[in-house]
Amino acid sequence: MISFTPSEEQQLIIDTVRRYASDRMRPAAYEADEKRTIPQDIIARGWDLGLLPSAIPEQYGGFGETHQALTGVLAAEELGYGDLSMALYLMTPNLFAIPILHYGTEEQKQKWLPRLVEGGFAPYTAALIEPRWSFDPHALHTVAEREGNVYEISGHKALVPLAADAQAFLVYAREGETTQAFIIERGTEGLAVLERESFMGIRALPTYELRLDDVHVPASCRLGGEQGIDIDHLMNYSRVALAALAVGVARGAFEYARDYAKQREAFGKPIAQNQSIAFMLAEMAIEVEAARLMTYEAAWHIDKEHNAVQQAALAKAYADEMALMVTDRAVQILGGHGYIREHPVERWLRNGRGFSTFLGLAMV
Amino acid sequence: MIDFEIPTPIKRQVQFITMLGEQVMRPVARYYDEHESERPWDYINLIWPTIRDRGGRSFSVEDGTEKTDKEGKPRPRIGYLMLAHVVEALSWGDAGLYLCTPGGALGGAAVDATGTPEQKERFLKRFGEGEPKWAAMAMTEPHAGSDTAAIRTTARLSEDGKEWILNGEKIFVTGGLMAAKESRGFVVVWATVDPSAGRAGMKPFVVEAGTPGMTVTKLEHKHGIRVSDTAAIVFNDCRIPYDNILGSPEVVKGDTEHKGFKGAMKTFDATRPLVAASALGIARASLEFTVSYLKDRGVKVRYGVAPHLQTAVERDLIHMEMQHRAGWLLVLKAVTKMDAGQENALEASMAKVKAGQVATYVSQKAVELLGPEGYSCKLLVEKWMRDARINDIYEGTGQINRLIVARRLLGYTSRELR
Repeated sequence: MISFTPSEEQQLIIDTVRRYASDRMRPAAYEADEKRTIPQDIIARGWDLGLLPSAIPEQYGGFGETHQALTGVLAAEELGYGDLSMALYLMTPNLFAIPILHYGTEEQKQKWLPRLVEGGFAPYTAALIEPRWSFDPHALHTVAEREGNVYEISGHKALVPLAADAQAFLVYAREGETTQAFIIERGTEGLAVLERESFMGIRALPTYELRLDDVHVPASCRLGGEQGIDIDHLMNYSRVALAALAVGVARGAFEYARDYAKQREAFGKPIAQNQSIAFMLAEMAIEVEAARLMTYEAAWHIDKEHNAVQQAALAKAYADEMALMVTDRAVQILGGHGYIREHPVERWLRNGRGFSTFLGLAMV
Repeated sequence: MIDFEIPTPIKRQVQFITMLGEQVMRPVARYYDEHESERPWDYINLIWPTIRDRGGRSFSVEDGTEKTDKEGKPRPRIGYLMLAHVVEALSWGDAGLYLCTPGGALGGAAVDATGTPEQKERFLKRFGEGEPKWAAMAMTEPHAGSDTAAIRTTARLSEDGKEWILNGEKIFVTGGLMAAKESRGFVVVWATVDPSAGRAGMKPFVVEAGTPGMTVTKLEHKHGIRVSDTAAIVFNDCRIPYDNILGSPEVVKGDTEHKGFKGAMKTFDATRPLVAASALGIARASLEFTVSYLKDRGVKVRYGVAPHLQTAVERDLIHMEMQHRAGWLLVLKAVTKMDAGQENALEASMAKVKAGQVATYVSQKAVELLGPEGYSCKLLVEKWMRDARINDIYEGTGQINRLIVARRLLGYTSRELR
């Protein structure tokens, strides 16, 4: 029966994460962006929310029952509302854990999942995106070739979060006509973490380029063993995660612009009392809500184990466009002040612009 | 628990209407578009028994299903969810014909939203028996459209206090001819009992078909939805019983709560998501047709493809589809809240804004994508574009609904945000 109301348990998660986002993330976001670093105590507290461990079954060290994309997107919206760099930082271990949870062999799950969830925040990461305009997860330029019991992997990756500290990487590569993933431990010969990257937005998130020159790994490092992975199914978890984060960022921008417009006066009245401003705000709110419902629906399809590529791709495409539109209008409503870094809206526009290129940078 | 599963009775109803759309509505859609003044009796006679047997209140929450399940537990109300699906599916068949569907329509919705139980029984019972009948709502006047509080039609009490006497002119009354003249229906007329009181003076009155003093003076010629009559109705000393004022008659004396105007707004909370549903039915028809037409000619839509590999047509189709889905989910949320008895004015207007825009965009884009074929009267695509356009205008223009959304979001009264 159709319903838009989260379960009690989900509502509790929303409330908890929202409080963390408002109290911890938001006040620190400006400085984090300026200094390009995130205070470790914020990450530690965020990790204490237990979002990833609750998605991992007890037998692998977590305290969850079943992994649910829907619960994940509810939390992700709140994290995105807090700060996108911090959200992506906190969610980085998901990039390693969720593919292993869904496709890992029993041995891979036993080996890796407890390490991810049993202690404090552990920087495990994944490398999917490649530094070219025509990046396509179905046609990667990073290539894996099998020689007997060993894979030889070569290629060039970009936007690999926390790579400098990562214990292990999940590296996506083309094998024949498919995309497969390989678990590569830190220090493996031929694997080089290059300099930290710099982007227009998400500046507090440390991301790196990665070079793989004839990296040799045993065949047992191929995610899912002989079965391998279904990249499109896996990408669905990324599509809805990013859509939810986009909703969170946009919601923050909408609220800020709304409050500003009510308080800022021009020609003797608050600017919000002009239809030109009020209508922009109305449209922003409608778009945020629509994108949220699309995200919920796509996540629901994923959890029902339907083929959700269509819904997830539509939700993401919608949210990409929405986030740009809403954050851009927030800047416009603040006028000159919107362009000044002391107000957060210009940062949200820089962050919002990135969603169309972030595929693979977050998962729920 | 967030859930997107559509209840089985609704799925079944949609299947049935889809069949009706394909076999009955689509084949005659072009004919009635080209014969504006003809009534579609074949469609009316076919659908009337279904409407009548469901209580005839096609805009009512009473959906005729059992209120409890097999174990006696109360079922959630799905009346408006059902209605939204019915309206969407009928409009997918043909939006003009859908508007000709006998039943209470907007007039019935007004009675539902503002009438007393006795009035609901008295006015709506007729839709469950006998010949097809219609009801209509008359709000707009030649000089007052969106500014509903500026209406000038008056209602004054007769000297003996037993009757209301209506005077004024209403225009753009959807189905007005059928409701006022050609069936034993009624028109809900919004009139003021005190022109100096503004909104506070506005009240809804039920005028029975054929009441002396009520005359249909004109039928409009329209861009689309041509088969549906759009009437101008003049009231000239039109006398109706005192009890035909909707709601408690007491509100007339010393009304301070603006109940009349609020009644109009409450009606809109119920009807706007349904107008949005109708809009999206047309949009879905346009989209599905375009996708299948192109597919037959070797143009496919792929999802999850890297942006640089998408064709321009693919990008357009995906954009149309996602916009359509976004609108539909907003409708579902608005009606779900309505069914749960929750305040839904914000959601209703949000859905209406989005759906009006989406239906216009999708149907216009469909004509573009199909080139000369889309523009041609050989296909229905050009008709759907004309039919769709009304949805961003009637039942509150996109601008009026943006204003309502903005006031709610900003916490402004209508005086603070004009």
